[in-house]
Formats: sequence, C-alpha cells, structure tokens
Amino acid sequence: MKKLNLCLSAALLAIILIAPSSLLASGKALRVAIIAPSAKNDLAFTQSIVDGIKAIQKDREIELAITDGTFVVEDAAAAIRDYAKKGYDLVLAHGSQYGGSLKEIAPDFPNTSFAWGTSADTFGLANVSSYEAASDEGGYVMGVMAAAMSKKGGVGVVGPIEVGDAKLYVDGFVKGAKAQNAKIRAKVNYIGSFSDVALAAEAARAHMAAGADVLTGTAQMVVGAIGAARAKRVAWFGTQANQTELAPEIVVASQVYKWEVILRKIIADMDAGIKGGKKYEINLANNGIVIEFNDAYKLDAAVKEAGMKAMAGIKDGSIQSGASH
Amino acid sequence: MSDSFAVMIIVATIASGIRLATPFLLASLGEALGQRSGVLNLGVDGVMLLGAFGAYYAVLQTSNLYLGLLVGIGLGLLIGLFYAFITLNLHAEQGVSGIGIYLFGLGMSDLLFQKLVGTPRPILPFMPLEIPVLSGFPIVGEMLFQHSIIVYIAFALVPIMSFVLHRTTYGLNVRAIGENPEAADSLGVSVMFTRYSAIIIGNGLAGLAGAALAIELGIFQQNLTNAMGFIAIALVYFGAWSPKGVMIGSLVFGLVQSIVLQCKTFGVIPRSASDLASMAPAIITILALVVVAKRFKQPSALTKPYVRGG
Repeated sequence: MKKLNLCLSAALLAIILIAPSSLLASGKALRVAIIAPSAKNDLAFTQSIVDGIKAIQKDREIELAITDGTFVVEDAAAAIRDYAKKGYDLVLAHGSQYGGSLKEIAPDFPNTSFAWGTSADTFGLANVSSYEAASDEGGYVMGVMAAAMSKKGGVGVVGPIEVGDAKLYVDGFVKGAKAQNAKIRAKVNYIGSFSDVALAAEAARAHMAAGADVLTGTAQMVVGAIGAARAKRVAWFGTQANQTELAPEIVVASQVYKWEVILRKIIADMDAGIKGGKKYEINLANNGIVIEFNDAYKLDAAVKEAGMKAMAGIKDGSIQSGASH
Repeated sequence: MSDSFAVMIIVATIASGIRLATPFLLASLGEALGQRSGVLNLGVDGVMLLGAFGAYYAVLQTSNLYLGLLVGIGLGLLIGLFYAFITLNLHAEQGVSGIGIYLFGLGMSDLLFQKLVGTPRPILPFMPLEIPVLSGFPIVGEMLFQHSIIVYIAFALVPIMSFVLHRTTYGLNVRAIGENPEAADSLGVSVMFTRYSAIIIGNGLAGLAGAALAIELGIFQQNLTNAMGFIAIALVYFGAWSPKGVMIGSLVFGLVQSIVLQCKTFGVIPRSASDLASMAPAIITILALVVVAKRFKQPSALTKPYVRGG
C-alpha cells in the first residue's frame, strides 16, 4: 500500500511539474489577443496578422480576441494590460508604435507571453518576443517590376511615417527600381500619418502630376492612394495584404505577409516553455512573404520575368535588397 | 525643371489644396452657423463619420452618388435634431454632449461598416465636372473649374450663407440670439426655433462634409475623417465666425497641406524633416488662431444655455 501511495504521489508530482509546458499542447485552447492600430479587415497591416492567426486556427484550437482601431497608443496600452490581466497566453501588440507601452507593461505579467512588431527589440525581457517582416525583399521585387513597366521613367511611393516595415518596404522598392533602371525617378512621399486617407490620395495625385505612371504605397491609409491611382488608371503595387479587390484593373501584384510562419514558431516555443526573448522574421526564403499576382492584370511577360529573377536572387543571396534588418 | 512643368505642378498643387479644403469648408460652415446661434458642437467629426458611412453605403448599394450625398445630409440633420434636443431641451453641457456625439459617430460608423460591409470595397467617385468655357482657360481653368460637383457646392455655399447671415431676418435672428438671447426673446424672436434650425442645418452640412469625403475618395474605412471635424471647429475660430473667414481658413489649411505634399514629392523637404513638415498646417492654424483670438470676439452667448427668465 505504501508503495502504491508512493507511486501515485510520484505520478502526481510529475504531472504537476510537466503540466505548464504541456498544457498548451494538450488540446486546451490557446488564448491569443491581438491589439492593432487599424480595422481587422483593412486589407493591409492589421488584416495580415489576423489572417495569420486564423490560418493557425485551422489546425489548433485558439481562442482569439481582437482589439483593433487603436491608433491612439494609450488605448492600445490599456488593452494590452487588460488582456494580460485576463490571463491570455499570448498578447500580440501589432504596431511599431506600441513598443514603449509594452516595455512598461510586460514586466508586470511574467507569466504572459508578449510579441510585438514590427521591430527587432525585445527590451531584454524574457517574456517579450519581437517580429518583423523583411518587407524590403518584396519591395525590391516590386520596384524592379515597377521600373520595368514605367513608360514615363517615373515611379512614386506613398508612405506613412518612416519607421518599421513601411520604411523597409519603401527603401527596398526604391533600390529595386534603381537596380532595374538607374535613371528612373523614384520619388517617395511620407505623408506623416498612418490614417489620413485623404492626404494619401492627394500624395498619389502629386506623384502622378510629377510624372509617375506606376505607384505603390504602404500602411492602412493607402486605400485613398489606390482610389486616386484607379481614377487615372495608373498601375499599383500592393503590400501587406492582397489589395487586388480594391482595384482589380490597376493592381499588378501584392506582397502578402504570411505571419503564420513565425506565429507557429512563437507558439511552438511557448509549448516548449520559452515565453519570449526571441526575434522572428518573415521573408521570401521562409515563405513568410509571398508575391501574389493579379491574374486579371495583363502584365508583360518580360516584366514578370524580371520580378521572378529578382525574387530568386534575393532567396539565393545574390541580391541584397538593401535594408538593415 | 522646365517652365511649363513648373506651371503644371503649381496648378496641380492649388487644385489639390482646393480639394483638401472642401470637407473642412463644408463642416466649418455648418459649425459657424451653430456657433453664431450660441451653440458649440464638438461632435462635428462624429457627424462627418456617420455622414461618410451613410453616403458610402448608399452608393455601394445603389451606385447613385447623389443619393449618397442626400443620405449623408439626412443623417446629419437627424443627429442635429438629437443634439438640439439634448442641448436645448435637456440643457446638457455642450462640450461634454458634443464629445458624446463624436464618440457615438466614431463607434457607430465603424460598427455599421463592420456589420454591413466588412472589407473595404471601392465605389465610383464623382468625376470632375468641367465648367463650360471657364474650364478651357489656361492655368485658371484647370486650377479652379475642373473639380467634382461637391467642390462647387461647398464654395457656392459661402456667399449663400453670408447672404443668409447678413441680409435676411433669419440671419439677424441667429446673430442676435448668439449675442444676447434674452434681448432677442424680448423682441419676439423664438430662441428655441432659431437655435434648433441652426444646429440642424449645421449638422446637415457636417453630414454633407463626410459624404463628400467618402464619395471623393471612393472608399470608407474606420475613422475615415482622421479628426477633420476638430480641425473644422478650429477653422471657425480662425475665420472669426464669418463664412468668408472660414473659407479662407479652409483654403489656407488645404493649400499648406498640398504645398507640403508637393515639396516632399520633389525632395524640397528632406526626409529627415518630413514628420516636422507634416505638422505645418496645424502649426499655421494655431498661430493664426492666436492672432485672430486677440482681434475678434466670439458670440457672447456661445455655450450658454438659455432659459427664459432663468
């Protein structure tokens, strides 16, 4: 009897000891919260992370909560803290602007895993991971194709604020355009806002007036720029999500983020008991970034070929898309 | 840069400034009317958002742009009626209730968008309406007479509102109750009717401003106005409560935005100063406000509820 009790106690102890790391993998729903600056279906930055979690939900039980539209950082900070208090396993602060808040909040909740991006900074905290997109790679490919397409020798970029993946994308696009055609006029306009749709539209019009006949842009406010380009039938390259449905007649291709590639790694690390402290990246090589072409757009075969060649070059390392990440 | 190219850029910059000024002008004209009657409405942005969504959804469903404008105006009128009731009948504090209207508009427009539309879907915007003969003039024609109908409506409202405020009995009543409602009441002017009508019309214009924005852009998304309504309120002070002043303020704001955009496009403003330059329109507005605030006096009864014999 004594031996039986001893065995049962040992078994119970073993269960208690291994439970924390295996609970997540044992079928218990993983509780994930997303805090993001714009609407969850913005066809851009926020939608990309929501789509990423939804892709994982196909083969894993995840209880997902979303707080979107938090352009105000203080609102986002309140949401981050609230989800942590409610015991969510993973809190995703999806915006470069949320770093400062996360740095203050995360130490108060050592049992919660936090991940944020796009950034490479984990603040040296054991429960904070960071993630970023090598958007310069897709930007480079788009830039090559844009320069190959331009008949007027001018391409234009509408950007929000010069930070995070927006900056990477813009720099990559300009570098790709110049690599394809050294004489191309690649003009960049950072409008100073992630949300000013009207200003983004006027920035696109300014590019067109200045002679750009191929445009691109990044962040949530580009829906305005796409509308302006559509009115003049000027070709558009999208990024972050597939933007074809916004203007099927002008969208040539979109760089699409597949965040599920790194989200799976983050969750696997959590299963293994690693709460954070790691940096993750999606890129062309790990298929976290893919280029989706709009089949309805009649793209010149030579232009597509130039893009595919650039993509292969980036993947095999023979082309450097130019950003520091 | 060749001379002809430079002229083309200047024309594009001014045309862009006029387009950017249009929603501000419509909203601030409406707010000016309300404030002249003594009622402050901080909820302009919320009304604009509801007007924008209403117009967008109507166009999405029917492809009728004019119906979209009417829906935007209608929603503005409806919210105006509600706002008039809570401020005039219930004597709610105007600042707080205005913020309530803003938050309601912000949340409700997003909720309706998520439930009824979901992913942003484009609508066809108004095409430019070229004014016969005038649009053919070199430079000026392209600058001023090749805009969408909404732009012409907005600028046509300036002399109309100026006429109404300064040349009609109704306008005199509005100004009188904005300065001294007791005196106006003693002379038989209905303070309630005049303020009700000014608030309702003002909100109708805010709804039209939102509708104009959504239809010009051909899209709706969460918080589309990006706080334009608050800028419009500031422009009322900038314009010293006169339609002409408000128009000048809107044009200054729009043109500064557009000049900054062009300068960034051509690299005149270096990228390192890009964010700083983006603040230029707001900084200029604040500076102008400081100057104007010293020279002009706001309507004396602004934000003061009126109770007969109270």
